[in-house]
Amino acid sequence: MTTIILAIVIGGAFGVVLDRIGATNPKLTIKMLALTNLHLMKTILLAIGVAAVAMFAGQMAGLVDVGHMSVKSAYLGVFIGGLLLGTGWAVTGYCPGTGLSAAAAGRKDALFFIAGGLLGAAAYMVSYSWVKSTGILADMFGGKATVAAVPGTDYPSVFAGLPGDIVGIVLGLGFIAIAFALPNKFVGSGHARGTAVPAE
Amino acid sequence: MTLSWKTGGILLGMVFLAAVLLVKPIGVSTQFVIADGIIADAINPDFITQTDEGYTSTNAYMAKSGGKYAKSASNPLNYSFVFVLAMMAGAAISSYLRGGVKGGEKTMPNIWRENFGDSALKRFAVSFAGGFIIVFGARLAGGCTSGHMMSGLMQTSISGYMFTLGAFGAGIPVAMMLYKKSEG
Repeated sequence: MTTIILAIVIGGAFGVVLDRIGATNPKLTIKMLALTNLHLMKTILLAIGVAAVAMFAGQMAGLVDVGHMSVKSAYLGVFIGGLLLGTGWAVTGYCPGTGLSAAAAGRKDALFFIAGGLLGAAAYMVSYSWVKSTGILADMFGGKATVAAVPGTDYPSVFAGLPGDIVGIVLGLGFIAIAFALPNKFVGSGHARGTAVPAE
Repeated sequence: MTLSWKTGGILLGMVFLAAVLLVKPIGVSTQFVIADGIIADAINPDFITQTDEGYTSTNAYMAKSGGKYAKSASNPLNYSFVFVLAMMAGAAISSYLRGGVKGGEKTMPNIWRENFGDSALKRFAVSFAGGFIIVFGARLAGGCTSGHMMSGLMQTSISGYMFTLGAFGAGIPVAMMLYKKSEG
């Protein structure tokens, strides 16, 4: 029961924040990918950085249970799936989380996105055995790999000699630095898009 | 009003942190499979079956990893599925409090209208096809923007970097090609 309450509280907060950062509006996602307005990119980078620094610092201080980490497997299909998702992401302005949230926020086109998504998931379920037979689901980098060895976990790592928690904090600070360094817009990026026009 | 990237970024980071702190990293796209499993099992009760060790399915993907997806579809009141429903409720409440999505924006975003015209059918068809390729891709990848990009990069997962490279590697050129007009 506790886990269901947590699901409602954390999930609800996630939905509210997605809406408030503008992620339920496909415009901001499309502009981020077309590099004409980087508001959402800066938001995402800052979020990843803040979460990474806090999580790894919390682990080092013994405040965060390292057992709650859950690293996903690395395999060629991750990259290919990323290419497919990225293509659809750019065309529609939705990804799975923002598409569901956009539909809930009142966007009708997002309902069609959800219907297509359910069919896409079904298509993957049906073709899974064939996809697996191609070998693109075979582990790379040892499978559930991290950049460096995270203390207290068994995850394989690419730089096994480096301390994973400190590397996590450094990378997190790097994401925060990029978030600050990126301009809001690439003015005069060679695409005549009237970037001098103020947003909204 | 959209939050500034600083406020929004910190809040979004706090949500991802809270999830790892209290339960597990956030992920969304798996729940499309769970929803399909619930539908398939409602139509054909033999789709998911209970065994001595747990759950299994006539579908190899539903049955993989010891039937964990089959189990979730049999018990929709589980953390990850409720999480996604709550996310939708949160977005709906927040949107309502902001006054909701208005007018023509409900059918399609203005940036689409500027570039591809006013046909709702066209936007709906493309949204459907886009949803198909996105969730198929997410399942092939084993996660989406939430699970791989946000949760993955914060944990220094190699798979998170691979996914992000693919998603932006395709997303940026496609968006630049398609959306030449983007003042709206």
